[in-house]
Amino acid sequence: MTAEGAWSRQFEIGDENAGTSAEPKWEAWMSDVDRRTFLEGTGGGLAYATVVTAVPAAGSPAPPDTKTTVQLTVNGKTRTINVEDRTTLLDALRNQIGLTGTKKGCDRGECGACTVHIDGRRVLSCMTLAVMQAGSSITTVEGIARGAVLHRVQKAFVDHDGFQCGFCTSGQIMSSVALLKEARAGWPSAATENVSAPFLYDQLSAAEVRERLSGNLCRCACYPNIVDAVTVVAHEG
Amino acid sequence: MHPFTFSTAKDLDATAAVHARDSGVMLIAGGTDLMGLMKDHVVKPTHLLDINHLPGLNLIEPTSDGGLRIGALARMSDVAIDIGVRQRAPMISEALLCSASTQLRNMASMGGNLMQRTRCAYFRDVDGTPCNKRSLGSGCSARHGINRNHAIFGWSDACIATHPSDVAVALSALDCTVRVHSPQGVRTVPIDDFYRLPGTTPDKDNNLGRGDVIIGLEIPFRREAGRSHYLKVRDRQSYEFALVSVASGLDLSGRTIRSARLAMGGVAHKPWRLIAAEQALAGVSLDDPTRLREAIGRSFTDARPLEQNVFKAELAQRAILRALQTVGERA
Repeated sequence: MTAEGAWSRQFEIGDENAGTSAEPKWEAWMSDVDRRTFLEGTGGGLAYATVVTAVPAAGSPAPPDTKTTVQLTVNGKTRTINVEDRTTLLDALRNQIGLTGTKKGCDRGECGACTVHIDGRRVLSCMTLAVMQAGSSITTVEGIARGAVLHRVQKAFVDHDGFQCGFCTSGQIMSSVALLKEARAGWPSAATENVSAPFLYDQLSAAEVRERLSGNLCRCACYPNIVDAVTVVAHEG
Repeated sequence: MHPFTFSTAKDLDATAAVHARDSGVMLIAGGTDLMGLMKDHVVKPTHLLDINHLPGLNLIEPTSDGGLRIGALARMSDVAIDIGVRQRAPMISEALLCSASTQLRNMASMGGNLMQRTRCAYFRDVDGTPCNKRSLGSGCSARHGINRNHAIFGWSDACIATHPSDVAVALSALDCTVRVHSPQGVRTVPIDDFYRLPGTTPDKDNNLGRGDVIIGLEIPFRREAGRSHYLKVRDRQSYEFALVSVASGLDLSGRTIRSARLAMGGVAHKPWRLIAAEQALAGVSLDDPTRLREAIGRSFTDARPLEQNVFKAELAQRAILRALQTVGERA
């Protein structure tokens, strides 16, 4: 059975009316739109709906004019966007700049799917406002490969099967890339035995990697493979 | 999120003045707590003032007397990795390293860490459940609700929430003072007076008022700081708030405790100092677990566990013993 066939089979099993009603079949929905465009549109549409339906409570003043023009550097390219002040960096990246590699998971700083680098440090893009990042330099998962050559962390995730559904993967990768730099710079972690002594890069064990990646959740529980990927890439040649 | 206007603060005096004048104004630094509260409609500021660009507030420096000075805008990760902090007060670094995740620590400021709100699920659930901290007078859903994670010390019928900060517990053990800028000038507040118990006004987490801006932390030299450990006990090993946590520091004469500093997290509306236990520990050998346990127990005579968290009193005492023995192993 092809991948498309599997999707349509699941659709029929999941909805007992499928195939008997006038509802269009999955294939019909997908006929003139490729899957990636469809998914991007869905994510963007949901996020946009969240913003426009946030109606002020009865009796509160009308929303003020809250749009600001912000200039950011994203993956080395200068971007000027006009955003509502309450727009998160995550929503600005996905919906206005069109970089949908960064994912919206919990939107509450609890899952790590939205991890990007700001001025070289890993942060959660759902927990900061785009207006607060005026002038910042941002790197997303789209910005770490060199042309067609994957970043060595990306390659390690492929080699070690560090994902199943892939939704958390861009966050896991951005976190892992930063983790290696932090360890090289001598950052200790909660897994470090003695924080008073200098942290040496050779101490970056699997236990250290697990602790340092604990802010990135994976619902498929690919943790062993993710830890393998990062531990191997940390100590290769 | 509720709509709001936004501006960037340029200097402290203007920040304090604007904050004093308009109760709709909230200050934002890292935003790692405030953003979630705004998204959940727990707080609805009409104006956000971004204080991240206020000059001079991100310092981390050793003081000549052996203590530390930390600016309010220093990020949690910068404080955690600072070698001066790691050597002078390892419990501060350890408390930070077991808070949140690296991504959040890279964003969150030290001042904001002190200001974070409780993780009581009822406080963050605005779909109609009563909460006196969110809406004073509405009642406490946790008092006879799901209260496994709640306080065992100092709670009132109005509120049984705990304060979620880890580093505030370590700072409390070390008699840290908080420097506060206001339109009336600068004052220093001992951290024990900065926080408050819920009483009948749990809507107030601390004793700051309008126009008060935290500018930094001063940690005086204490011999116990250099030989210290922060132990956090939680439902999962990482990236979770504490069930109970212990900040412990010892001044030793051989294996005998000359003086001890102890504070706990996850047990009260504020970092909970264990003064009675500290006093009873003086003169006790680290190799005498019976006397150690007895001394620790002195601070639990006033523990009042709730329906679902009876386990916390025993867990806390065992955690303290473990923390003291860990410090002893490092001696």
